[in-house]
Amino acid sequence: MSELKEKKGHSFLDFAYQMYKSMKTNEINLVYEGEVTQEITKTFTSLTERSLAKTEESNMVQRKVFHVMVECLQNISKHADSLEGEEEKRGIVMVSHGKESYNIITGNVIRNEKIPALKESLEKVNSLEKEDLSALYKKQMREGRISEKGGAGLGLIDIAKKTGSKLDYQFKELNDDVSFFILTSTVKRK
Amino acid sequence: MEVINIKGTEDTPNVILDKENGKFEISGRSLPEDVNMFFEPIMDWIDEYSEDPLDKTVFDFKLEYFNTASSKVILDILLKFEEIVEDGKEVVVKWHYHEDEEDMLEAGEEYADIVEIPFEYIVLED
Repeated sequence: MSELKEKKGHSFLDFAYQMYKSMKTNEINLVYEGEVTQEITKTFTSLTERSLAKTEESNMVQRKVFHVMVECLQNISKHADSLEGEEEKRGIVMVSHGKESYNIITGNVIRNEKIPALKESLEKVNSLEKEDLSALYKKQMREGRISEKGGAGLGLIDIAKKTGSKLDYQFKELNDDVSFFILTSTVKRK
Repeated sequence: MEVINIKGTEDTPNVILDKENGKFEISGRSLPEDVNMFFEPIMDWIDEYSEDPLDKTVFDFKLEYFNTASSKVILDILLKFEEIVEDGKEVVVKWHYHEDEEDMLEAGEEYADIVEIPFEYIVLED
């Protein structure tokens, strides 16, 4: 059993490393794999905020990176599913930057039966331009309710609206029950 | 009426609701894990206030950051004040933002689109 667990932990790291390699032209600012809680969210966002404040980056870009990180991390802490034998909400988080943009990459386990609905939301958001995203955001704010998990169903719309970039996502099937969901959000540097 | 004066933290805002002194203000950051828990006493206070509001309420929003769950709750707060407007009292929202933070201005404009309350936009000086 412990060997099995180790193997599964390992595949996370392999996956993260592959992504790291595929992003070798970018500078990685932060990599994390583990439990994602509100405390972790606060720690990472303030870390990133402080390190960005030391750079020449405009306030607007700093604010957008901070914003996207909060939404992505809170998505994990609210929605992530677990591998067998785990109870925590775990995920990976990476922040990298190149000449053109910052990438905020998050990944977490998701139950396969939840994928179609998530995919539909992602595709819907990606099909809309800025004005329509704003209209959808307003509609969802008016008609939505704060769920038991504390979400308002606004995070993905907001990320697309604030970044002006399409949501880049992948699902990697791990077994019959669960997959790994990777979301890459891009904040353009101006 | 009882005064609400909540000191902000790194993930919750400063909130002042003081009918006697006519001071209504939310400032700082709002990204709590559980927005309902944080805002519940504030909502209850506003419900009570709306039963006998001042002739003119000026509400200052000086938020530097809020997450999407908070954005929904902020709309709920504004909708409560819209009812006060419907009851014939005056309400003005002063929406403060830093000049280089277009997203915050935009957020204010989105609320102004939804609720029937006049908004004034005020640039915050550092």
